[in-house]
Amino acid sequence: MTGLFNRLSPQGLRLLALLAVILLLLAFFASQIDGYFNARLFSRISGSVAIMALIATAQTLVILTRNIDLSIGSIVGFTAFAAGTLVSANPGMNALLLVVFCCVVGAGFGAVNGLVVACARVPSIIVTLATMAIFRSLLVEYSDGKSITTNSLPAWLTEFPNMPVFTLFGLEFRAAFVAALIVVFAVHLALTRLRPMRQFFAVGSNPEAAEMAGIDARRVVFSAFVLSGALAGLAGLLFLARFGNITVVAGLGFELKSVASAVVGGVNIFGGSGSVIGALLGAVLVDVIDTSLVRWAIVSEFWREAVLGALILLSVTTDTLFTRRLVAWRAARAHARREAALVREARL
Amino acid sequence: MIARLKSWEGFLLLSLLVIIGINTGMTPEFLTVGNQINLFQLSIEKIIVALVMTFIIINGEIDLSVGSMMGLSACAFGWMVKEQGVAAPAAIAISLGIGVLGGALNGWFITRVGLPSLVVTLATLIGFRGLARVLVEDRGLTDFPDWFDALGQQGLIGPLPFALVAFAVLFLILYIVLEHSGFGRKTQVIGTNREVAEFAGIDTDRHKMILFIASGTIAAFAGLLYAARVGAVRGDVANGFELDIITIVLLGGVSIFGGTGSLIGTLLAILIVLNIRNGMALLNITGHIQTGVIGLLLIASVIVPRLKIGTGKEKTT
Repeated sequence: MTGLFNRLSPQGLRLLALLAVILLLLAFFASQIDGYFNARLFSRISGSVAIMALIATAQTLVILTRNIDLSIGSIVGFTAFAAGTLVSANPGMNALLLVVFCCVVGAGFGAVNGLVVACARVPSIIVTLATMAIFRSLLVEYSDGKSITTNSLPAWLTEFPNMPVFTLFGLEFRAAFVAALIVVFAVHLALTRLRPMRQFFAVGSNPEAAEMAGIDARRVVFSAFVLSGALAGLAGLLFLARFGNITVVAGLGFELKSVASAVVGGVNIFGGSGSVIGALLGAVLVDVIDTSLVRWAIVSEFWREAVLGALILLSVTTDTLFTRRLVAWRAARAHARREAALVREARL
Repeated sequence: MIARLKSWEGFLLLSLLVIIGINTGMTPEFLTVGNQINLFQLSIEKIIVALVMTFIIINGEIDLSVGSMMGLSACAFGWMVKEQGVAAPAAIAISLGIGVLGGALNGWFITRVGLPSLVVTLATLIGFRGLARVLVEDRGLTDFPDWFDALGQQGLIGPLPFALVAFAVLFLILYIVLEHSGFGRKTQVIGTNREVAEFAGIDTDRHKMILFIASGTIAAFAGLLYAARVGAVRGDVANGFELDIITIVLLGGVSIFGGTGSLIGTLLAILIVLNIRNGMALLNITGHIQTGVIGLLLIASVIVPRLKIGTGKEKTT
């Protein structure tokens, strides 16, 4: 047991703790709300987590490189609108083509952010604060005051999020959720296994050191923004499929929600550490609270945001204190072990 | 450094003159006292908060929770006066007290727990807004005492309303504090290099605590001004104001990494933003596009001074 405990990285422990908190919360709400666990609960949470997971993953990629993307909500809104316009004009179009279209549009916006951040070396919080407004105003221009309605969309698109893929333990896994999970796990694998994406961590933990080690930090930051944009584009497509009605305010506020999910999921806001699985769990945790408080009779649903804010503070505080203690404790133990070894050697 | 600051503020001043010129050319009434006061009145709450935000960002921190604190204090005031029967002056005092407490809460997590201010104030942005919604839910509260509404809507000194006078007084005080006091110097030193400041014997935690309490209090004050000016409160009062406020401060040349910036820059940025919005509104251009243009200006304000340095005086700091 201690062996396993020692082998787990602080990140791994963090994920387990997060999972435990989610399970505890579910158990708590189940004891408070009659008939809490049902098929609809899972569908509802998985439906909205699908979108949040994608934008939290997109945000994580950028945060890992010691940047932030506040324009993510505007990218989601623009892509959702553009995809809606495209698909309502060509209802018979190839679904894969639509996916590619969304990724390319999103990546295009990401490239703009990345270019200004990486090449002009303007701090990302300034750039994306500005592009958040600029992309949104592009959407207002592009939409010309019109909005996309569910009726104008082909049935295959609007039915996609609710399409059952498989059933596990009586829980129906629907297409949007499964698709989002696949994307998140693919990004996770790439981040942990692929050399170019390992460099995200290097640049995030110490840009100067990464440069000295021969990593082109500019290219890394640029690619993080492009990838993040592409993922935001995908989230825009899911947003369109799920809600159908798209106006110029689509995706408003997603920038802060995505940062919140990532931070709750243990992604270090100063870059260099974190995982997209953490961001996924963060998104799930936020959504479990969101969905459950609406059904909890004792507390009015208006408590939702207040509880959420308190929870973010609590989770980040415990995480920081816990990690600090753990690191100190491990260092102390390693030190004690070395001492003991020295003493043994001396006796010999 | 001085060359960079000068070119930055010079760029802002030039932009401001161009914008005012265009606006005056389009509508002769633009430069009348009435229009100028009106122009300030429409965003008076944001620009008051921007003054304290200047200190926070120079100090190397950020406060995302100001918009929600404005909403919370306005909603708390409305809830107390309209639904709990609290006398308005007492409600004002309690609302300001909420601002102090909220700021202290931010400051506590930032200085004692050692969390980044971006994370703490992101959480309280959500949390304070949540409390505002708990108080007023989806109701709209209106019909405050007449003197309260009058304070927000009528002239106090001649045509100048109370909020504008408050802004001017606050600007003068904060300008002196930032430029000519030990507190202001400490704010800059901590923002430039926190460790050096610690070694120089500055109690950085206490300093940051004071700044966050000031930020919360002024945001609560601004929320009350909003309630008085509009004469009604709802759960979404001042929603999203934090980004506008931070944009103004950054546009004014305050470095996001802390250490440099001035209130003159912030004042110029305030004037630019107000004049652009007013001018574009006269051209029937909607709010989202206005914000987009200000976004472009924000990026330009960072890149342009740098281009000048690149071509001429290659002087690094």
